Amino acid sequence: MSELKLMKGNEALAEAAIRAGADAYFGYPITPQSEVIEYLMAEKPFERTGMVVLQAESEIAAINMVYGAAGAGKKVMTSSSSPGVSLKLEGISYIAGAELPCVYANVVRGGPGLGTIQPSQADYFQSTKGGGHGDYRQIVLAPASVQEMSDFVRDGFDLAFKYRIPVLILSDGVIGQMMEKVKLFEPIPRLTEEEIKEKYPWATTGKKHGTERRIITSLYLDSNEMEQHNIKLQKKYKEISEKEVRFELIDCEDAEYVFVAYGSSARIAQKAVRLARAKGLKVGLFRLITLFPFPTKQIQEMCSKGMKGFLAVEMSAGQMVEDVHLAVKGCAKVEHYGRYGGIVHTPEEVLEAMEQKIIGG
Amino acid sequence: MTEELIIAGFGGQGVLSMGKILAYSGIMQDQEVSWMPSYGPEMRGGTANVIVIVSDERISSPILTIFDSAIILNQQSMDKFEKSVRPGGVLLYDPNGIIRHPTRKDINIYQVEASHLASEMGNAKIFNMIVLGAYLKIKPIVKMENVILGLKESLPERYHKLIPLNEDAINSGLKNVKAFHELN
Amino acid sequence: MAEITLEDIIKPENRVYVKTELMTDNVLSYCPGCGHGTAHRIVMEVIEELGMEENTIGVAPVGCSVLAYEFMNIDMQQAAHGRAPAVATAIKRVWPNKIVFTYQGDGDLAAIGTNETIHACNRGENIVIIFINNGIYGMTGGQMAPTTIPGMISSTSPYGRDVKTMGNPLKITELVAQLPGTHFVTRHAVHTPRFVRRAKKAIKMAFENQRDGKPGVSFVEIVSNCNSGWKMTPNDSNKWMEENMFPFFPLGDIKVDGKLI
Repeated sequence: MSELKLMKGNEALAEAAIRAGADAYFGYPITPQSEVIEYLMAEKPFERTGMVVLQAESEIAAINMVYGAAGAGKKVMTSSSSPGVSLKLEGISYIAGAELPCVYANVVRGGPGLGTIQPSQADYFQSTKGGGHGDYRQIVLAPASVQEMSDFVRDGFDLAFKYRIPVLILSDGVIGQMMEKVKLFEPIPRLTEEEIKEKYPWATTGKKHGTERRIITSLYLDSNEMEQHNIKLQKKYKEISEKEVRFELIDCEDAEYVFVAYGSSARIAQKAVRLARAKGLKVGLFRLITLFPFPTKQIQEMCSKGMKGFLAVEMSAGQMVEDVHLAVKGCAKVEHYGRYGGIVHTPEEVLEAMEQKIIGG
Repeated sequence: MTEELIIAGFGGQGVLSMGKILAYSGIMQDQEVSWMPSYGPEMRGGTANVIVIVSDERISSPILTIFDSAIILNQQSMDKFEKSVRPGGVLLYDPNGIIRHPTRKDINIYQVEASHLASEMGNAKIFNMIVLGAYLKIKPIVKMENVILGLKESLPERYHKLIPLNEDAINSGLKNVKAFHELN
Repeated sequence: MAEITLEDIIKPENRVYVKTELMTDNVLSYCPGCGHGTAHRIVMEVIEELGMEENTIGVAPVGCSVLAYEFMNIDMQQAAHGRAPAVATAIKRVWPNKIVFTYQGDGDLAAIGTNETIHACNRGENIVIIFINNGIYGMTGGQMAPTTIPGMISSTSPYGRDVKTMGNPLKITELVAQLPGTHFVTRHAVHTPRFVRRAKKAIKMAFENQRDGKPGVSFVEIVSNCNSGWKMTPNDSNKWMEENMFPFFPLGDIKVDGKLI
């Protein structure tokens, strides 16, 4: 049954993993997301659903455990924060190359380097443009509430298994650490061995005598095979780009100017929309939910309908704004605003930027 | 109705849990809530603060710089957040340990001697509940029965025997809040 | 006199050796004279003899045996460099009823993967680790490995390993034997039939341990040659191994039934 709870984003993510019928979580502590593994260890899902929870010796070990369990056909998840995710990227590239499903979360903190533990959105490039080596993509979901921290785990697993692809829940310190009301979804039972064998014939579950063995690998020593594999991957990414774009429009019907934002910046921009409307300014918010696939077409449509300007609001020096530029293609004004390095911009600052850089500019 | 509140003081004063109980109380009466703490090393013994928003509508930004109300429980927080109350808003503080009292004339300022009252009641841990009582006297945004339900939800079951004591503390705060500077 | 045909020769009663079905017919990618092929075969024979074919998942490393899944005819996963014990940990945790093993070389297991090796062993994961130690990075062309012995020549120690500047070789097998999470730790070789039989017996014991739920890792090191990397003929390399490697990496059991020998 669904329940109303007051939870931190990180806790909701952990609870959602149990409820989504995850078979395993492998993690390593790092601020600001350590509540995920703390919550799981305290809740003991291994006694409730049989879900495995293991604190690995490193982020690297944890993501390779994800690779192992995913290859074996299991629903598996990990989470970390920016420096830890950098360590995981080799493993993510392997998972993408071997076409395995998994969900992982990045509760982003400020960088580069060890950086700060305060919130940031400076991992956009890393999340949407590959990150690890090779020509791969992953689906990136950007929750803007504790509710979405929970819901996107379930949705993430659905997408991950539908396309055999890693799905990243790109959160940040604000969404991870804040508490909000959350309606928890009904628990989904874990799959049985028979169900896994039937649904995922590619998984390593033990080879029946006289049948073909299953091989989980990302190695193609023959370049022609490697190219064919890449072509197959690109086809999949194209399909995802066409079918899986998600976004939310707030006060856009009559808007002449819009904020483009995701995650906690979208929440802040939403407040700025209210402040703008109170001043009589026709401002709306285009909230990205999927960062890959990016809603290029939808932003283009706004342009062709005469939108005058777009302000990309993100806690970075300007990363997502490049994708907005690529969508707008010079038809309207595009600017960036954002504080970074762990500083969270205020609704007032965001509105001021809109007035100065877009409306008045 | 939307109430945007900051609670700021020392780590260990129960700042975060006070905010959590308030947020739970909002859920009990079907409102939207958010609870956004400062986090990191300052949590360990230094200053702690939390922004709590209780609203009838979907909450936009959980991080704010201007507040309807501020509950201030140490000098550092007074220095930092007195200016963050919106004109006409509310500042509630415990004068214990405060050497530079608030000076603004465009807001309503109240005091509650929560640390004294807590030591009189013989339990320093109920300090935050006294402050919560005082706040709810000034800003009755949630019903008392929902606060008790909120307490039950946020306390682990083994502490439920302490609920009557917490109720007494809230009542003590309700009774003992004093106006320091009130707008007409 | 009737001629003897091929069919006569391969009659079951005439056969003295049959390749296990658990080795594929793919041509081995290993250099002629290398011990990997023998090690692959005895691992697969053990799995067949113990009736574990349908229940076993293997993990291949990065190194010469990166393509182990091309030759081992069971379900396999190829792991990132050094991470095979982490991959195997997860597979065993999510499929506790399956048999899980890794097959790793010295660079993979004792350099880049030291952390995963030690922690999987220390946690006492119920897996088998087969460790092929030939004292060199074979696949990348003969560079110094964590197990290259003092004075030994490699492409990155062309004047011999100088322990003063290059550090000491790592006896990781002795190291993991000290950990409470290992149940069976042993060192063998596969360069003569006598040693092959002994190694196979040890591998069998390792898999039986896992099958029987004996607590912890069963760890089998095989000291092997790398005639290409060592720039020797296969015969010379085996002789060199006996004279130089065995004194440094003495063969035999190190830990049995959780007790150090």
